[in-house]
Amino acid sequence: MASLLTDRALLWLGALLYLAGFLVGLIGLTRRHSPAGLRTMLNILLIGGWGFQWLGLYQRGLAGRGCPLGNTFEIVQFVAWSAMLVYFFVGSTFRGSLLGLFTAGYAATLALVSLLIPQWDLVRGQKLLGNNPWIEVHAALAVFSYGVFGLLTLTSLMQLLQNWSLKNKRLNGLFWFLPSVVQLEQINYRLVLLGVTLLSISLSVGAAWWVRNIESVHLPKLMVTMGVWLAYLIVLLLRWRGRLVSVRFAWVCLILFGLALLSLGPVNADRHGYQPVVLTPR
Amino acid sequence: MASHPAILFQLGASHHTASLAVREKLALDDARASALATRVGQIAEVSEFALVNTCNRVELYGVASSPAAFPALHAALSAVTGCTTAELDSAVILRQNHAAIGHLFAVAAGLDSQILGETEILGQLKQAYDTALAHHWTGPVLNRVFQKTFQAAKHIRTNTGIGAGQISIATVAVDLAGRIFGELAQIKILVVGAGDIGLKTVQAFQSRGATAITVASRTLAKAEEAAAHAGGWALSLADLPAAIAEADIIASSTSSADFILTRELIEAGIKRRPARPLFLIDLALPRDVDPATAELANVFLYNLDDLAEIAAENLAQREAEVAKCQAILADRTAALWPQVAHSLNAPHAS
Repeated sequence: MASLLTDRALLWLGALLYLAGFLVGLIGLTRRHSPAGLRTMLNILLIGGWGFQWLGLYQRGLAGRGCPLGNTFEIVQFVAWSAMLVYFFVGSTFRGSLLGLFTAGYAATLALVSLLIPQWDLVRGQKLLGNNPWIEVHAALAVFSYGVFGLLTLTSLMQLLQNWSLKNKRLNGLFWFLPSVVQLEQINYRLVLLGVTLLSISLSVGAAWWVRNIESVHLPKLMVTMGVWLAYLIVLLLRWRGRLVSVRFAWVCLILFGLALLSLGPVNADRHGYQPVVLTPR
Repeated sequence: MASHPAILFQLGASHHTASLAVREKLALDDARASALATRVGQIAEVSEFALVNTCNRVELYGVASSPAAFPALHAALSAVTGCTTAELDSAVILRQNHAAIGHLFAVAAGLDSQILGETEILGQLKQAYDTALAHHWTGPVLNRVFQKTFQAAKHIRTNTGIGAGQISIATVAVDLAGRIFGELAQIKILVVGAGDIGLKTVQAFQSRGATAITVASRTLAKAEEAAAHAGGWALSLADLPAAIAEADIIASSTSSADFILTRELIEAGIKRRPARPLFLIDLALPRDVDPATAELANVFLYNLDDLAEIAAENLAQREAEVAKCQAILADRTAALWPQVAHSLNAPHAS
């Protein structure tokens, strides 16, 4: 029995529970007044999915003796896991379960896509983080901040939808469940602040080790990482000054996360101490 | 000779059965309600009763040992309200047993209300039942029926859309404000014009916790009068630009032939508070707010037609839920009736 619960099996379970949560949320959307138990069921599915995903990542971490961030598969799984964790903290402040539905769909998509692309998990950096716990903290915080930015993308999308519905007087259906404009504005501000803070700490930790061995990080990774951090920092400062608000802020957050996801490629390909090993294809 | 089973009854009038003139006569103040209850309590055939007395209905629910109770109940109503026999005959409906339960369920669920799906009636029913309970007018039959009624009403509220969406102009505006601002307690409302519709809208906002109200009018005296009525501050239209920058919601209802709130005026106002949305409610005809303001980011403009259309959509949605509610209540009535019938056959009921 224990042999059946491999890391990938646990991650599959997690992804399928996220998917089930998404479908339950969709059923709720078809009814303006869905049964109260539906939201509870959605939360149970999401917590269950997150728990299995955690166990799967934990097993991989044990096997790799470090943070499970050894390849694109693990990074994408970790981003989904982080977004769900942040949702558990901020989701309760939202009316209805729409953010839960969005997060479930987002996490299910990331988790399932990563599981369905075997190439992402064929090789894994062995002790890729160089046995240095600080570098692991650096990597984990950086990827976690991507989870926060992922959730920010979802709330930005919700803000665009809410704005569209109010401007165009289309208030029923999906739009009925959206949080208020002000709530979305506030949560977006907090999420960008949280994401930038986490990424700043991550980069500070990384920088402290980088100055001791400047050649350990190549220029493309440095440029891309700093670029993402700087872009989000500028967004945060503009929001703080009231120069970038409402719909424009939401659009910028959406576009920026797309670019940030694209940056994962160069960052992943240029790791400290990267020594790929070929895993058995599954 | 076999004993007659007791009868669960509902006897009364509502906006469905009585004209406004008759309803005015039937409306009971506390003293007359008490007098009616006293008279009903003296009818030997009535063993349990409760009186539901609202602006739109006067209904007696009770248990009678024989049909002889009903003329006596009519007489009691006539004596207390002053209605003639002819008026009562045309307005008062008598429902018995299964039908009485079904009617009470429908009333509690808001299906029988003038404003379909409203919730106030449930509170009024609870109050009527509490009063009856406190005076020992109820017994095992009515206690059971009312408890089941409240459960049924709660089930309907939770599992159907009968109460979803607002169906009056003012409450639709409040609902929209909730979608923009969430909590309304800290919201600043600016009312332009001292018209009745603007002040009614303010009342709807106040019922949801809004306290910061400012009234602007062409003459300060009118503004002050309206502000005193609404419990807010007053200013003249000359101070409008500064007030716009402070307001979260602007409800305008002047009789001006030109736009009072132009795009330029609103644009200048929101520049001073870019992160906060502005909700413009144009309640005037001809319109007070330049439609071009709707193009501004973070500004949401709704005029009378928009609000009326939303109210009509919501009402249509509520009406679409009626059949579902009726089916649920019919099942619950069918489930409850055998238990009530058993109690009515028991010796204590008569």
